[in-house]
Amino acid sequence: MEADKITQLYFSDVNEPVRYDRRKFLKQLGKGIIVIFSLSELSLLQGWSQNNTQEKQIDFNAFLRVNEDGTVDCFTGKIEMGQGIITSLAQVLAEELEVGINDVKMIMGDTDLCPYDAGTWGSLTTRFADPVIRAAAAEAREILMDIASKKLNVPIENLVAKNGVIYVKDDSSKKITYAQLTRGQKIVQSLTKKPEIKKAKDFKLIGKSIISTDAVAKVTGKAQYTGDIKLPEMVYANIVRSSVFGSKKISVDSSGLKEFKGIELIDDGDLVAVVHSDPEVSYKASKKVKVIWDEPKLNVDSESIFNYLETNITSSSVFENSGDLEQGRTNSAKIIEAKYLDGYKAHAAMETHSATCHFQENKLIMWASTQTPFGTRAELAKTFNMPEEDVIVKQIFVGGGFGGKIYNQQAVEAAKISKKCGKPVQLVWSRREEFMYDMFRPAAIINTKAGVDSYGKLNLWEFDIYCAGTRGTKLFYNVPHNRTRMFNKNDVHPFGTGAWRAPGNNTTTFARESHIDVMAHSVGIDALQFRLNNLKDDNMRATLELAAKTFNWDKPKKEGHGYGIALGEDAGTCVALIAEVFVNKKTGEVKPIRIVCGQDMGQVVNPHGAILQTEGGITMGLGYALYEDIEFTGRTIKSWGFSSYKFTQFSNTPPIECVFIDKMDSKPQGGGEPAIICVGGAIANAVFDACGARVNRLPVTPKRILEALKI
Amino acid sequence: MKKTIRFKLNGKPVNVEVVGDESLLTVIRTNLNQTGTKFGCGLGQCGTCTVLVDNEPFQSCTTYIEDMEGKEITTIEGMVTNEVLHPIQKAFVEHDALQCGFCTPGMIMNAFGLLLKNPEPSRDQIIKGMEQNLCRCGSYNRIVDAIQTAGIEMNKKI
Repeated sequence: MEADKITQLYFSDVNEPVRYDRRKFLKQLGKGIIVIFSLSELSLLQGWSQNNTQEKQIDFNAFLRVNEDGTVDCFTGKIEMGQGIITSLAQVLAEELEVGINDVKMIMGDTDLCPYDAGTWGSLTTRFADPVIRAAAAEAREILMDIASKKLNVPIENLVAKNGVIYVKDDSSKKITYAQLTRGQKIVQSLTKKPEIKKAKDFKLIGKSIISTDAVAKVTGKAQYTGDIKLPEMVYANIVRSSVFGSKKISVDSSGLKEFKGIELIDDGDLVAVVHSDPEVSYKASKKVKVIWDEPKLNVDSESIFNYLETNITSSSVFENSGDLEQGRTNSAKIIEAKYLDGYKAHAAMETHSATCHFQENKLIMWASTQTPFGTRAELAKTFNMPEEDVIVKQIFVGGGFGGKIYNQQAVEAAKISKKCGKPVQLVWSRREEFMYDMFRPAAIINTKAGVDSYGKLNLWEFDIYCAGTRGTKLFYNVPHNRTRMFNKNDVHPFGTGAWRAPGNNTTTFARESHIDVMAHSVGIDALQFRLNNLKDDNMRATLELAAKTFNWDKPKKEGHGYGIALGEDAGTCVALIAEVFVNKKTGEVKPIRIVCGQDMGQVVNPHGAILQTEGGITMGLGYALYEDIEFTGRTIKSWGFSSYKFTQFSNTPPIECVFIDKMDSKPQGGGEPAIICVGGAIANAVFDACGARVNRLPVTPKRILEALKI
Repeated sequence: MKKTIRFKLNGKPVNVEVVGDESLLTVIRTNLNQTGTKFGCGLGQCGTCTVLVDNEPFQSCTTYIEDMEGKEITTIEGMVTNEVLHPIQKAFVEHDALQCGFCTPGMIMNAFGLLLKNPEPSRDQIIKGMEQNLCRCGSYNRIVDAIQTAGIEMNKKI
């Protein structure tokens, strides 16, 4: 799927699986028992029926194979970037197929081996891939039981599968292993009906905490990332960049390259690069190439951007609307308006965008740090006008994505360079390049107006969103008169922007939850009670109650400490986050003390993995809440290293406690993104509670706190 | 003009033909094919490339190879002996103190340097010692726990 299409979906709530392209299933599958399955809407919404069994083309996007040795391969186009699906997908498969988790091998994100997938983003994997993989595993188990029944001459109902072996009930000496059953077989079956899947009470693996299956590879340095791939005769590329985003090349002076032996200049449109077999020589040489750029001017910076955006974006659309705003105003005893601001944020994954590739006889083989192997393949095929089949994107670990690696500029650049020089190429972006082409989380503005009656009931809610999308903004508070509008304009930002972990929802949740606190304070009602009084969603209420109880909301605070709540909804999951901070009123410095996160995420497949994701999201979220801000002038990024772009470090990570609502019989919801959305709001509210400073702009910096205290 | 630099890498003597101003990181990864050590920023600001030089943690991206003459360098590849994980690696697995895993080798090497100097660090000393290593996935708390566990385990062995 193309990156711009993903970005559009990413900023809205995706509550159904993304439709997939069809493609012919012509691969050599090898022997074994193979179950293919689709993540299409039909498979989920209409009881798994795919309705296309007569068609020659099979609509599917993952498959599993029980091998002749009894092990299981699961092929999926999803990728592993630290979110833990390499473990949790194997876990659900092993549960239904009755094999050990270590018998399952995950083959992920390889466009040659795996069926099409739209990419790993939007916390979609556990919501939409899990149930289907479970069903396919259950189907495979049924096939095995069927063969076993014939071989043992025992009716299926008298058989039981356990750990890769089928036993005769009441006589465990009579048994047959999956390996014995599979040997010499080639059975290909598509999932056409909803197989019997296990009930929560029968789970052996789902709901159990399992340590990441890739941990050993990662602690030993054996886990391979794109930059670790080395091809024979490979050269290292360094690109010559303008410091101004969107620059066009005028001329190149490469006379400085004379002193370097074996250096090659690549001059391909606006792409100017050098390659050499020694990466240090390539780097040094790239500094000697002088390019004159036509640099587009733009009179805006990190401070004036908000005015700039509001002035330049005039068209809007209504996202949610009910009641009568005029009536809401009349019925309100108190109406408060506020503007909330959020600057640009970088993804700043520890692994920069990287690509290792080779063009050979019109075929392109590519390893890339990407969340979208198939999207990368499509983009490359389009760029070079070649059939998609001739582009192969290989499986590889990704060193953090957070939405930033659905954009694959580096793969296109590396492939162009490889084509020009005729050699395998490795391109690893420098940290500065990473900060320039990050596809930042966009700066955004929320103009909000809310009204409460004299009893503290919300009556009016006006929410105008600039550049943050509508994801998670469907009101879960009961407000009779409300309107949410979205203002946006393509290419309005001074540089590339895109999806950043729970796109838009961090910003809008910060604004909504700050303003809910403002309203609570205006009528003198406790921030927890005010929310409980006004919530309309029962799941959200239960989540908040669980978090408040765990946090011990009524516990007296120490001097200078404050508590703050934020609620949010993302990827089907309800989040209630409560933070305690200490604020030094003289310096404005904030110290996070502790955080409790309650979540209703439906069925929790791997509680341990879910906690890792939740803790990780919160830790990352403290960065955007307190420290992260891209500084820029015009189209030039001034924050381009970790000394100028600070995020959460060891010393400012507080203890984090995660509690989940027990819902093992329901379907799983998103886990990678939700928790992060509430961090900005909870911190801003806790800061207000601690010192009385209402900071309406992220990050909540000491300077902004001191300014707010002066007012 | 190239010159020969000799040092020990994970206990084995190696020599490399270099100009001299190459980074230790490049030489380990490219000349010596040990890719466990990762490139994070090239600016000495993130600790991803941390290795031990004579048991001291160094950010290898800003360390010149010519200063390595005669030194003993330990990288993540040198932590496993006879296919047995080092107690720090074991503790990182047990605490699942990682997600994407890209910062992990640097974290483990810095932790090793820290524990060699201070076998029983307090939580605050661990945080102070590890502060320059960045993890974007947010595994800090688990890394601190893992280092404490590893410290206890390593002291038992002495």
